This record gives sequence, structure tokens and C-alpha cells, in this order.
Amino acid sequence: MNALEMIYGTPAGKFVAKKMGLNEPPKLRRGRTMPTGPVVLGELDGGGIARETLSLLGITPGQPLLDVADNRTKDEKGRAQPPRYQQKPGAIVIDATGVREITQLEGIRQLLRPIMRGLEPSGRVILLATDASEVEGLEAKAVAQGIDGINRTVGKELRAGSTSNLVFVKGGATAQDLASTMSFLLEGRSAFVSGQAWRVGPAKVQHEVSPRPFEGKVVVVTGAARGIGAAIARTFARDGAEVVAVDIPQAGDALAKVANEIKGSALQLDITAEDAGEKIAKHVARVLGAEKKIWAIVHNAGITRDRMLANLDEKLWGSVLDVNLAAEMRINDYLLNNDVPGGLADEARIVGIASTSGVAGNKGQTNYAASKAGVMGLVWAMRDELADQPITTNAVAPGFIETEMTGAIPFLQREIFRRTNSLSQGGNPVDVAETLAYLCDPASGGVDGQVIRVCGQNLVGA
Amino acid sequence: MNPRNAVVVGGNRTPFVKAGGKYAMASAQDLLTAALDGLIARFGLAGQQVDEVVAGAVLKHTRDFNLTREAVLGSSLSNHTPACDLQQACGTGLEAVVYVANKIKLGQADVGIAGGVDSASDAPIVVTEPLRKALLALSRARSLPQKLSALGKIRPADLMPVPPAVVEPRTGLSMGESQAMTTKKWAVTREEQDQLAYESHQKLAKAWDEGFFDDLVTPYLKVAKDGILRPETTMEALGKLRTVFGKDDPTMTAGNSTALSDGAALVLLAEEEHARAKGWPVLAKVIDAQVAASDYVTGSEDLLMAPARAIPELLKRNNLSLQDFDYYEFHEAFASTVLATLKSLEGQGLSAVDRDKVNVKGSSLAAGHPFAATGGRIVASLAKMLADKGPGSRGLISICAAGGQGVVAILEA
Repeated sequence: MNALEMIYGTPAGKFVAKKMGLNEPPKLRRGRTMPTGPVVLGELDGGGIARETLSLLGITPGQPLLDVADNRTKDEKGRAQPPRYQQKPGAIVIDATGVREITQLEGIRQLLRPIMRGLEPSGRVILLATDASEVEGLEAKAVAQGIDGINRTVGKELRAGSTSNLVFVKGGATAQDLASTMSFLLEGRSAFVSGQAWRVGPAKVQHEVSPRPFEGKVVVVTGAARGIGAAIARTFARDGAEVVAVDIPQAGDALAKVANEIKGSALQLDITAEDAGEKIAKHVARVLGAEKKIWAIVHNAGITRDRMLANLDEKLWGSVLDVNLAAEMRINDYLLNNDVPGGLADEARIVGIASTSGVAGNKGQTNYAASKAGVMGLVWAMRDELADQPITTNAVAPGFIETEMTGAIPFLQREIFRRTNSLSQGGNPVDVAETLAYLCDPASGGVDGQVIRVCGQNLVGA
Repeated sequence: MNPRNAVVVGGNRTPFVKAGGKYAMASAQDLLTAALDGLIARFGLAGQQVDEVVAGAVLKHTRDFNLTREAVLGSSLSNHTPACDLQQACGTGLEAVVYVANKIKLGQADVGIAGGVDSASDAPIVVTEPLRKALLALSRARSLPQKLSALGKIRPADLMPVPPAVVEPRTGLSMGESQAMTTKKWAVTREEQDQLAYESHQKLAKAWDEGFFDDLVTPYLKVAKDGILRPETTMEALGKLRTVFGKDDPTMTAGNSTALSDGAALVLLAEEEHARAKGWPVLAKVIDAQVAASDYVTGSEDLLMAPARAIPELLKRNNLSLQDFDYYEFHEAFASTVLATLKSLEGQGLSAVDRDKVNVKGSSLAAGHPFAATGGRIVASLAKMLADKGPGSRGLISICAAGGQGVVAILEA
């Protein structure tokens, strides 16, 4: 901790920081908690799937207020004000799946204006639109993308920890397919996901949403000894998983602590070993029983070896690519091609960790950015390659997450990186974990080939 | 009813380090708990009940009267797991394995954990006898003059703490001094001893490099590898060390004798069918074991060579010859202990042991020797080697112990 950081931590420092516009960031609603206020549904012409989805989740939505001339009131200075909700809504779901024309976007404006200063803290704006690939005509396709522009801007304008996200619904997707996504977005689990858009299609095998979706299921987490990996292991265990926590032998003591805490098991393994996939399957069969299969594998293990490219040799280059990308591919390859005891389940979930560095690039991280952008490429390619199987492949791309690794960034840089997002704060490891758990949820079979940023809508690469 | 087999499922130990080193601040209980938690994690046993955990320590505080049970309570096992302390000097770890294996065979347990711990850093330091007597008198004293009289008997020298001595009470000789007599008697040369020590380091280093210990060791206090191991040592370097034990023409050095060490090691044992039903690896069966003791007090026999008495008995009972083994694990208390024991066995008409099969993954000279932890280290490593070798492969373990005792056992894959 340097002098500046110490001053910043004092009451006087906090006072000055506040005067400079650096407010204490809002505390985000996290975990499997619903908003306290009502969930309001704005249904535009041609919609309907959102109401059905909410109904599957046992939610009876409230009526929205519309910002039209008749509903406006005048303030003391005679200016027209949008209608105000009696009770602050916890979320608004806008079903724009039937919107095809530019003029119809006005309907979204009417729904959003009363909400922008009317949501409860950590509130939610959830937009549903039909994916551009499913609509006919130039206007409809342009409009689909236009909705994402609304989404991204709303994310930036919302206050007090509220978020906005957009789900593009693909052809054939039913309410059942959307339920896990809707539940994730409404609950505190999506706390640090904002300004994002991703696609949900029809699942090859449908499952109902459940508060303990991984009950009796085996989930393998690499790099589980500390930081984000440990949070991932804990989150899956909370949701019922039998977790196999993997990390390098040198991290074995921390790994054992995590494994024992969540009543999982520990596998000391260098994932870059040629036979890493085989060792993982063997461990599952040995510890959990030969009939057990891996429901989900979370490729979280990763390293950084940062240098400006001018100073980067082949060793630092190669090790990062091997751990962050090649090892993951070798393990997948073994598990997908070998039907062994403790191997991959027929309807498995494969998830990886990309990074905003992979999306946008980052000084001093050519090797890391290559590996993380590679993870994204892998996700997209595997979706196509495994198109005839119910296996899904997805990734998350974390932004600034509060870990030992980011704690080592110099204070000023850290404070800037931490605050330059719509939620004005760093995410917690659990935020990454929750998003991965959502992607691995049995009910998320329709979410495939997606990369979701967990970055609080960071400015980098957005 | 089919006979019940006791099998080794796996093991776990801390890296071993020199006493007073990286684990100086850890108690024996801390070390044992760490080894236990690593084993629990490896096999996903957190929250579960094991039929019994048996372990011990040679250097033991009075506060550790229930060492193993306290380690269990501090671990992630269910609090319903009973535990028992057992102590037979350096034979403790192997004797604990035998105890659990026997209970499993008798049907008194299906799953057990056995091993031991020692911390020469955490050795109990006691008060002098005069001080102890004076304090007793003080506690009995009722009047002030009686109390003053009791206190008055204490001399400044009595206040000095008494560290533990590693000497045999019957002979007053340290283990090294006793072994020096054995070394001379069996004409074990300096070069033979240094060669054994050199090979021990080479073999242990290779095993570490190959990842052999990836599923046998869990790091502790930022130590991920055995601290005594010197992969770079040479015969020349070992040959230059000055001798430390023995008087005329001494040959024993710090290089060919084990260092005082800290560490803990445990083995997971189960009934064979029980293990198979769980999908657990069945590494090796615990076939049989034997203890013996030598009459070293009269000087007619050697302090650390009781295994040479136990092995022939064990072989006879199992209709085996000394050649019927794929691997031999002779605990390297001192290089010359192993060499003298081999000479003794060969002298008893048992034909020579293939030296390439002895301590193939290194032993105590390189790994270190936290007394009660050595048995667990050897059993887990040997069981893994036998499983790798394949069904029917067989290993012999020989561990010498203070008081002229020896514990030997046979494992078979």
C-alpha cells in the first residue's frame, strides 16, 4: 500500500475523494436473491414469450407505466415529468421480440423513461428481442441491432447498481429455454453483468430451472486453489455440485482447504501434462465412482507473463498460450473422444475464461490477449463442431475483478481500471462464478457458443 | 465367508524438512492435521466418518496425550471419527498401518487411516528433576515456612530447561554412536555408505521430477518439496564431509546419516471389496507383518538390526524367499543400517538381494526421517510402485526402531 492509497483510506481522504466525484460505489445485490420490488413487464406488439417465461419462474408481473403525454405530470416549475411508480420496481422486462420497425422503438422509450430514475437499487432492465438472423428485411435487422444500442446506453445511464442486458431470442426457442437466463438476470447472480447482449436458442434437451441445479452432478474446476477458481468451486458446491478442484501440485495445500470446505475433492495436476484429461477422468472415477460422469468442466486455470512485446521471448510467450489455451483444448479433446469411466457426460457443459484483454487487447499482454481471444474463437468453433450434440460450450470474459492478481496493480492504475465501468467498482470473484454456473445450468441448454462479459460494462473494448 | 483383505488405497504426506527449518513454528498436531486434510481432500472425505484414524509421534508433548483424536477434530473429517495414538519409536508409522490392516481383516473396520508425525522442532522441553520435586513439595506445603523451605531448595541450575536426548536409556549411547559400533562390526565402508546416500538423493530427485509424488504429497507452509533432498550432491561432496559418529576410524557423516526432520505421513486403508465398491484404487494388499527385538543391551546384538530377526520369520510364515520381491524398502536410518542388515540377512543363508530393487524411489537419507512419519511415507510410496508394476508384484518393508526393535511387512499388488 503506498502513501496515496493510505490517505485515500482515511475519513478525510474519503471526503476529498467524494468532492472530486469518487463516491463510494453502490453495494450490489448478489446471490440467489430476487429484487424486493415488483417485476414489471412491458409487452410490445408481437411479444408474449417473456410473460410465459416469467410464469414458468412463478412470477406474476406488474403493470408498466408508459411515458405518453396523458400520463405526464407537471413539476413546480411547470416542466412535464414522466409518470412515477408508487412502489419502485425491482426490474422491468421489455418483450420486444415482435419489434421490426424503427417507429416501434418508441415503445421501448415509453417503457424505459419512467424506470430510469424509478428502479430500486440493483434493479434490472431486461430486454428481449428477436435475433437479427431470424427476421426478414433490412429494417427489421437494423432494428434488432438498434435495440442493443438502447441496451448499452441504458446500462451506462442507470444508477445505484442497476443493470441492463439484452437477450436475442433465436428461432425455435421457447419460454422453457429462456427461463434460466431470465432467472439469472433477475437475481443477484448477474450483479456485475451489464450492457451485455447474448443469444439464446432452443435447447437440444430441456430441463426445468432449479435452485440447486447441480445436485448430484460432477463439476471439474481447474485453477481452483485461490481467487476466482476458489469462488467458482464454492458457487457450484452451493448449487449442489460434487466439485473436483484441480490445481498445480505446488498449490496443493490451498487446494485441499477449498476442496474440504465444500466437501469436494482435490486433484493436484499440472493441466499442461499430455495426459491431464485422462488423469481428470480417472480421478472422477476413483473418488466419486466409476459410473459418474463429468457434467461440467470449468477451464479456469490461467497465468499471466506480462511484458511489452519488445521484451517478450518465446518462453514467456509459449507458457501463457500453453496453460491458457492449448491445455484446455487437449483436455477437451481427450474427454470428448474417450468414453471412459469418469469421462464427459453426453449432455455436458464446457466453459472457459476469456478476458477483456482478449476482446480489446491490453498493453504488455500480447501473449495473454492471444490466449484469451483464442478461448473465444474456440467457443465459437466448438459450437459449430458439436452442433449435433447437446453439449454446450461458452465462456465468460471478466473485466476488473478484485483478486490477489489485480491487487498487485499499482494503486492509481487499479483505481482507474476498477472504476471505469457503469457500476463504478470492481467485480467480485463470485460474479464470474455465478455467470459460469448459469452457463453450466442444466436449464441453459439453449445457451451455446456465447461469450458473456462480466465487467460491469467496462469501457475497455465495449 | 471370503477372507477380508486390507488394501492401501492411497496416501498423503507433507514434504519433510530439516528440524528447526520451515516448520519450526508448527506443532506435531498442526503437521498431522495438515497431512490428514490433504488426504481427505484427495479422496473427497470431508464431512465423512472413517472407522478409525491411528497415528503417533515419537517426540511427544504431554499436551498431545490425545494427539491423533485432536488432529481428527481439527480436520475436515466428521467428529464421529474415532482415533487412537500408538507409539513404537520409528516403527510407529508402519505399526499403525499393521494395526489398521488387522482391524480391517478382522471385520472391526472397513476404512482406516494410519501413519504418524514427528517434529524435532516441537520436541517437548521439560523441567529438571530437582525443580519438579521442589514444585511438588511447594504444592503440598500449607504454611508459609513450609512454602519458603520448598522454594529454598531450588538452585539456579535447576531452572534450566531440559531438552530431549536421543539416547538409549539402557546404554546411554546416542543412536549414531550405537550405529557406529554396528558399522564397525559389520565392516561397512565409508564408500558403500556414501554410495547409498548418493543414490538415495538421485532416486528421490528423479521421482520428484517424474511427478511420482503429485498424488502422495500436499505442500505445507509454502514448502512443496522435501527440504533435505540434494539432487546436486556428488560422491566427492559426500566424501568430503567430516565424520560425526564413532571413535577410531569413523565412517559415518551427516551425509550418510538421516537428519532430524519434521513432517507427517498417512495412509488410507480399506477392506478390498469396500474399496472396489467405492471405485477407490486398490494399490496393494497388506499381506503380513512381523515385529522383533534384539538384545542390544548386553552388546551381543545391534541396536538397529532387529529387522534381520523379523524378516526370516516373516518369510518363513509366508513361504517366501528373500528373492520373491519386486521392491525392497529398507528404511535408511543410517546408510550403514541398510548395508549391515543386508549383510546379516545374506549371512543367515538368505541369498543376496538385487540392489537395483532396493529403495528405488529414494529413502530417508534424501527424504528426511520425521521418526513416526517414515512408515506412512514408505507404505504409500511402495503401494503406488506396486500398483504401477502390476498385479502379483510384491514388496518388502523393513524399519528399524529405537529400543532394538524392528517392524517388517509385505505388500502385494
